[in-house]
Amino acid sequence: MSATTFGSGIRRREDPRLITGNASYTDDITLPGMLHAALLRSPYAHARINSIDTAQASEAPGVVAVYTGADTDGEIAPAPCAWLLPDSDLKIADYHCVAKDTVRYVGDIVAVVVAETRYEAYDALDLIDVDYEPLDAVVEPKKSAADGAPQLHGEIDGNQAFHWTVTGGGDIEEAFSEAEVVVKETIVQQRLIPNAMEPRATLASYTPATGELTVWNTTQNPHIVRFLCSLVIGVPEDRLRVIAPEVGGGFGSKIAVYPADFITIFCSKKLGVPVKWVESRSENYQATTHGRDHVQEIELAATADGKITGLRATVWAGMGAYLSTAAPGIPTILHGLMLSGVYDIPAIHEDVYGLYTNTTPVEAYRGAGRPEATFMVERLVDLLAAKLGLDPAEVRRRNFIPKFDNGHDVVTGLTYDSGNYDGALSKLLGESNYEQLRAEQAEARKHGRYIGLGLSTYVEICGLGPSQVAGAIGFQGGLWESAIVRFHPSGKVHVMIGTSPHGQGEETTFAQIIAGELGVSPDDVKVIHGDTDNTPMGWGTYGSRTTAVGGAALALAARKIRDKAKVIAAHLLEAAVEDMDYDDGKFFVKGSPDSSKTIQDIALMANVAWNMPEGVEAGLEATTFYDPPNFVFPYGAHLAVVEVDADSGNVELKRYVAVDDCGPQINPVIVEGQVHGGIVQGIGQALWEEGVYDDDGQLLTGTMLDYALPRADRLPDIEVHSTVTPSPHHPLGVKGIGEAGTIASTAAVYNAVIDALAPLGVEAVNMPLTPERVWRSIQAAQGRN
Amino acid sequence: MFAPQFDYYRASSVAEAAALLEQHPDAKVLAGGHSLIPVLKLRLAAPSALIDIGRIDGMRGIREEAGQIVIGALTTHAELAASVTLQSGATALSEAAGMIGDPAVRNRGTIGGNVAHADPASDLPAVLRCLGAEFAIAGSSGTRTVDAADFFEGLMTTAVEEHEILTAISIPSGSGGQGSAYAKFSHPASRYAVIGAAASVTVADGVCSAASVALGGLVPAPVRAAAVEDALVGKALSADAIADAARCVGDSLADDEVLGDVYASAEYRSAVAHVWVNRALTAAAARCG
Ligand SMILES: Cc1cc2nc3c(=O)[nH]c(=O)nc-3n(C[C@H](O)[C@H](O)[C@H](O)COP(=O)(O)OP(=O)(O)OC[C@H]3O[C@@H](n4cnc5c(N)ncnc54)[C@H](O)[C@@H]3O)c2cc1C
Repeated sequence: MSATTFGSGIRRREDPRLITGNASYTDDITLPGMLHAALLRSPYAHARINSIDTAQASEAPGVVAVYTGADTDGEIAPAPCAWLLPDSDLKIADYHCVAKDTVRYVGDIVAVVVAETRYEAYDALDLIDVDYEPLDAVVEPKKSAADGAPQLHGEIDGNQAFHWTVTGGGDIEEAFSEAEVVVKETIVQQRLIPNAMEPRATLASYTPATGELTVWNTTQNPHIVRFLCSLVIGVPEDRLRVIAPEVGGGFGSKIAVYPADFITIFCSKKLGVPVKWVESRSENYQATTHGRDHVQEIELAATADGKITGLRATVWAGMGAYLSTAAPGIPTILHGLMLSGVYDIPAIHEDVYGLYTNTTPVEAYRGAGRPEATFMVERLVDLLAAKLGLDPAEVRRRNFIPKFDNGHDVVTGLTYDSGNYDGALSKLLGESNYEQLRAEQAEARKHGRYIGLGLSTYVEICGLGPSQVAGAIGFQGGLWESAIVRFHPSGKVHVMIGTSPHGQGEETTFAQIIAGELGVSPDDVKVIHGDTDNTPMGWGTYGSRTTAVGGAALALAARKIRDKAKVIAAHLLEAAVEDMDYDDGKFFVKGSPDSSKTIQDIALMANVAWNMPEGVEAGLEATTFYDPPNFVFPYGAHLAVVEVDADSGNVELKRYVAVDDCGPQINPVIVEGQVHGGIVQGIGQALWEEGVYDDDGQLLTGTMLDYALPRADRLPDIEVHSTVTPSPHHPLGVKGIGEAGTIASTAAVYNAVIDALAPLGVEAVNMPLTPERVWRSIQAAQGRN
Repeated sequence: MFAPQFDYYRASSVAEAAALLEQHPDAKVLAGGHSLIPVLKLRLAAPSALIDIGRIDGMRGIREEAGQIVIGALTTHAELAASVTLQSGATALSEAAGMIGDPAVRNRGTIGGNVAHADPASDLPAVLRCLGAEFAIAGSSGTRTVDAADFFEGLMTTAVEEHEILTAISIPSGSGGQGSAYAKFSHPASRYAVIGAAASVTVADGVCSAASVALGGLVPAPVRAAAVEDALVGKALSADAIADAARCVGDSLADDEVLGDVYASAEYRSAVAHVWVNRALTAAAARCG
């Protein structure tokens, strides 16, 4: 591999166009004759629709059409749920794209206006008269499970979407009945609202003469959008082209295919002209999927010397009013299977109840299930340390899975690929000067200052994943990835991939992979993605899988190119293939590197084909479909240092140190960027972010004035370190790094705050740790003393 | 996110703006637009017309005049923050302006718009109340002056009538031995004040000879904290004296007036207000030169 390309922190080639306003997003695209759609959304969390009067809106200036559920019924199938969780009594409620007779969350779509301008469309929305009969609502998952709770879907008993369990290892009852120590906690993983910089948008252009449909969509997975649209709208896949132009972030909220997308397509089909819909930021808060929303009752059994003997949990997961595309797999497969964390835990049992509530549907949100799992485990370990009077680092060490480099089975049924958890923690303690920090903490306490240290040692599952496993866990698709590598006559390269990066930087790192495998300059490689007409089928960008799976496909395609090039080079150098050697883009006879053929020479010859070896096809191009043999399991150890002002309850994050291991880093600067962004999103959950509904189901945090996103001036410099443990089964040894920071950081910050408050007797505070919550917990604890 | 339709007029003088307001009873004055435009985009208001006063000559800038600092209503938050005159003569005001929102907000938003809008969570009303500001208001029938105690009438209401324009705000130039400061508990999302405390103290011969403390954020309109002021006058401004005085702030907060929301309850704001009063006083005392 060329040392200057693979592994070097070259600048992201995406950035110049992104930061100079030259990128083209869905809303930047304007087609001749294009109309604009605006959606009327329910202001009630739960209501029956008695009648809808659209007469006035239909007559309003510029209005071309107004449609309600009566018009779309039978023309748009319900929005599909595509993760059919097995053995869970899964009950999928029909998610009508336009509500028929009942609305079930604030934001449920009731009507659509198509007009000549966006302003006219919004003006006409005000003229639609809907007669609602409000019904009782329920917004919290545990309350939704209770007797007497308002019922969302008549045919589904007790609002229960599913009941899933994971049981592994020894007898869990025995683990607890014989435990020398048990610690317990109830945790609320509050609802989070993803805020991609670019709101969602769809532009649909249907050509009646040919029956062809092109859809521009803010999606993380255009090939899935095409597949689902063909099923829901009935345009055959060969006539359906989906383009994800520049996509301004997603964090999971752009995985789902939404009712609004299907409705926009319906309008274009109906009217025979292009129709564009772009959500407002308010709509984004109301109707783009949310994340988390668990109530978790958790407990840990251990010996008196701090060895964990069992972990048991019950989780009530709020799913929202309907099941979004991938929703059922998030609080189950991606959560429950990770409950062993980095520890050797001999018995694990978890029940997860998925519940319908009168809220926006919940989906994957950066980390998706794994932050919620890491938090549970890392809280319990800290509680155990506190109970036994041991340092949290020490309790972790007593329970770590020992270093392994080719497979370790945990009782939930997963086989981790490689890890050295103690190595990551040791590095963290060294880099952060942990012992000195503890001494400073003790000193500060003497002066009435409350400093806290919080650890989080995590492992996560990503690089989703083997398709056979996808089938077994009910995911209605494959999870392989594809890549085409095509050399042009001049030696320049096109790479076409089925994944769909939207900010992560793979246009750069994938060029670096090609550079590393074939010795070309990364500048000579263009990475093409996001258009179903010119990229091979692929399942998309989520679950930290783009490099972990798509990057593997690319490396293998490059190696096929190398094999073919070697045959051609041998022919040109009049040598036997077995005698050929390769180094950094050059092919030569072993021992004679001075007389060589470059990959560019071979590309030219393969493309003109004047002198090819017998039986070898012209062209220099390769396609790979790569189905990974296992997931990858990045891991690490994080430390947060906080200071709490006991008078006001304010938490200041003073230091954040991270050690992450994602195997060899293709571009360390991009890795660092992913780690930074990930950590900050997790800190957001710990300290600031919370989607709040009142009891009537009104969203109280529906704007950026109310929903507190992390801001740079509230954050310390993030100190990033790494260790390198290759994945044994990945062709490049790499693991995903897109979500790791988020998976680790919430627990680190939370543990730090509880550590800071320990002298005041505080044991738990609900997230986010707002000054008021912290202050109240101090008041309560002081009152008790 | 899409405002309803309105007509747009640009006034080139205060008189023209006043006349336009008479002609369009349903109109709104537009200054920096940083409170008004969001209201329109959320369709919370639908005025028939906007009268843009943003380019009226003479309504912008800071000058010193007969023991007063006179600030044009169109002066932006960024200009307030950067003003050397304010930094030395009315530190609390430049300090508070520098804490408003973010650079974009500070570059567009104006002091006049901020106080005319009179959002309870705004920073400047409490500071101007603390510093004893006077407000010059012009209408078609002439100009009048209102002092801070009467200007802020309640939640988002001021002494500016429908067809009037706030043209300038004056504050007494700081005297020797005086220092002022602003301390703020920012909402983590909006940056508006959950609690804002403005303090001005004068020290003569080692003891506090005058004190003015005003609070915003947690009340519908800014209030003076007389109990805190009384507790300080005549004392040396030691850390303990300041802390003790700050704890009197509750006396100035009528329970039923204190505001609460989903982020911070009224009970909590009342209970911790003293922390910010203390910070403002401590900083102000350190500035008494
Ligand atoms: C993201 C964001 C964050 C913010 N954070 C803060 C903060 O932390 N602290 C804070 O104090 N403020 C904050 N603000 C508000 C900001 O200070 C506004 O600039 C200010 O409130 C309004 O000033 P403006 O010039 O933009 O007024 P406009 O929006 O133009 O007008 C506001 C209102 O005042 C009226 N008006 C304006 N000028 C006059 C005049 N001269 N005479 C009569 N009526 C007039 C208008 O008709 C309108 O009703 C924030 C705003 C935003 C958008």
